[in-house]
Amino acid sequence: MGVYPWVAWFAFRRYTAYPLGSGAEALTNTVFGFIRASVLIALWRARPGLGGYDTADAVTFCFLTQALIGPVQVFGGMELTERIRNGDVAIDLYRPTALQGWWLADDLGRAAGSLLLRGVLPLVAGALVFPFHWPGPAGAAAFTVAVTLGVLVSFGLRYLVTLCSFWLHDGRGMDAVALVLSLFFSGMTVPLVVFPGLLGTVARGLPWAAQIQVPADVYLGKHTGTGLLGALAFQAVWAMALLAAGHVLTGMARRKLVIHGG
Amino acid sequence: MRAEPGMIEAEDVAKSFTVRKRSGRLRRTRTTLDAVDGVSFTVRRGEFVGYLGPNGAGKSTTIKMLTGILTPSSGSLRVCGLDPARRRTELARRIGVVFGQRTTLWWDLPLRDSLTLIRRLYRVDAAAHRTRLAELTALLELEPFLDTPVRQLSLGQRMRGDLAAALLHGPELLVLDEPTIGLDVVSKATVRGFLERLNTERGTTILLTTHDLGDIERLCRRVMIIDHGRLAFDGGLDRLRATVGADRMLVVELARPGPPVVLDGIEVLRTEGPRQWLRLPNAVNAAAVVSALAERHEVRDISLREADIEEVLAGLYRGDHAYWCSGRPVAP
Ligand SMILES: Nc1ncnc2c1ncn2[C@@H]1O[C@H](COP(=O)(O)OP(=O)(O)O)[C@@H](O)[C@H]1O
Ligand SMILES: [Mg+2]
Repeated sequence: MGVYPWVAWFAFRRYTAYPLGSGAEALTNTVFGFIRASVLIALWRARPGLGGYDTADAVTFCFLTQALIGPVQVFGGMELTERIRNGDVAIDLYRPTALQGWWLADDLGRAAGSLLLRGVLPLVAGALVFPFHWPGPAGAAAFTVAVTLGVLVSFGLRYLVTLCSFWLHDGRGMDAVALVLSLFFSGMTVPLVVFPGLLGTVARGLPWAAQIQVPADVYLGKHTGTGLLGALAFQAVWAMALLAAGHVLTGMARRKLVIHGG
Repeated sequence: MRAEPGMIEAEDVAKSFTVRKRSGRLRRTRTTLDAVDGVSFTVRRGEFVGYLGPNGAGKSTTIKMLTGILTPSSGSLRVCGLDPARRRTELARRIGVVFGQRTTLWWDLPLRDSLTLIRRLYRVDAAAHRTRLAELTALLELEPFLDTPVRQLSLGQRMRGDLAAALLHGPELLVLDEPTIGLDVVSKATVRGFLERLNTERGTTILLTTHDLGDIERLCRRVMIIDHGRLAFDGGLDRLRATVGADRMLVVELARPGPPVVLDGIEVLRTEGPRQWLRLPNAVNAAAVVSALAERHEVRDISLREADIEEVLAGLYRGDHAYWCSGRPVAP
């Protein structure tokens, strides 16, 4: 372990050092939450019980996703990308630690800060205005685990995209694809439970589902007993696979490295 | 193996990059750029070496190889007896690096916090950390801004913070890539004084990349010059000056245009109207020359300039002394 908990802790402090910006984002996410909620309410009025959700489930889901935008960084991106482009990554590569480990720790700290500053407001606001579900203590514990795993998966995905900057001169195309996949397959746009047939099955099996859909379902108590364990295992397996891929790709990047700038 | 291996041993080290260039609408051609093209040198324990060269010469690339960030394309490299690219982690615990244009410090946190994190990173025990931090704080005068967020520090303060960060784990070798670039005079003086003491009192080996002649003259007994990826010079500062004739130059403005002045041991390199450019070998006393001139001629203005390192280098590569009279305006 060594330095990593410290990296996470300092990252947490770093991301919470300027709370005003986060506050503004929390407010924006809340406002969009209300807009999305009214659309979802209309949808569930027309199709009650759609995807196994009732209206309160759908609304809760909506505000949960709004709260998780920051922590799982649905819109993608990492500070490391910019550092690769401008050459500051030399500093990261020089440190006597693993590149992925360092930035994972950093991201966990960031996610915790983000949950606090950008997650609480949408949830509370949604709960005050709409019919809402609150989990019991066990549910809350499971949700905590699911969000943590969701952050790991999100990091794993973003880290892989970021590492491509070592090879690509212009990562914008890559970022755009990553963004669409993330928005569509995480459940951010519409809950994955309403995706029909094969598309739904596939979507629910992809790693993006582990970012938002699974934590939300855990929160809503849609998984119980072994089902719950299965859901968490699904996340954990994706997290491990992505981090393993990240590890391999980091090694490749180190070997054929291009560092931009002096 | 020799009894006392060098701190840095480079043998025919090269690094080439593949560069893709657009050539036409869709076509791209790949070319190879030899950033470092076979350099060999040894830096012994306790030396203070200046590593110079024009922009794009390959200095930073060399440093990235020395620190294990980049793997050489060919040649053999040993730093502290280790192969940097293979034993990067181990090596990082024994050397310190400052990349002048970048920072290891965290922008949003006070300097003190970054230093705490670095203590954890290098696993320095608490007592040793306290002693070293106190020492570095005193020498680099960090006290006034230890609790200031790094983003609010001046460049000079930040650089001193970065130096402290690079030295908290007590490295044997310190590698500096343009640490004084853009610093104000006071910060430069602090940094130079500090590096000098570090080298003489601590015996820390230092490799310094800089464009600043002041840095080199004050600090480096030995300089290595790289150009187009090759070592063009490796030796003492005096020998460098002798080799390229890097004497001082006296620019005299006489009252009237006239023939080149005649003074013992002084060569007039160029005249332009009332102005004359006189080469002043290091052995010659400038004051004596000035008073001799004033005795024989009506002198309007006089200025003495040291060759600056860019020009010395330029002269070295061209193999002539044209740099004296070309380049920047020589107005007083
Ligand atoms: N990652 C890279 N890809 C391609 N060319 C590079 C890269 N890094 C450096 N270069 C080139 O290698 C040469 C040496 O660069 P560098 O070592 O940074 O020079 P210096 O530090 O002496 O100014 C330059 O021509 C530079 O453009
Ligand atoms: Mg450079």
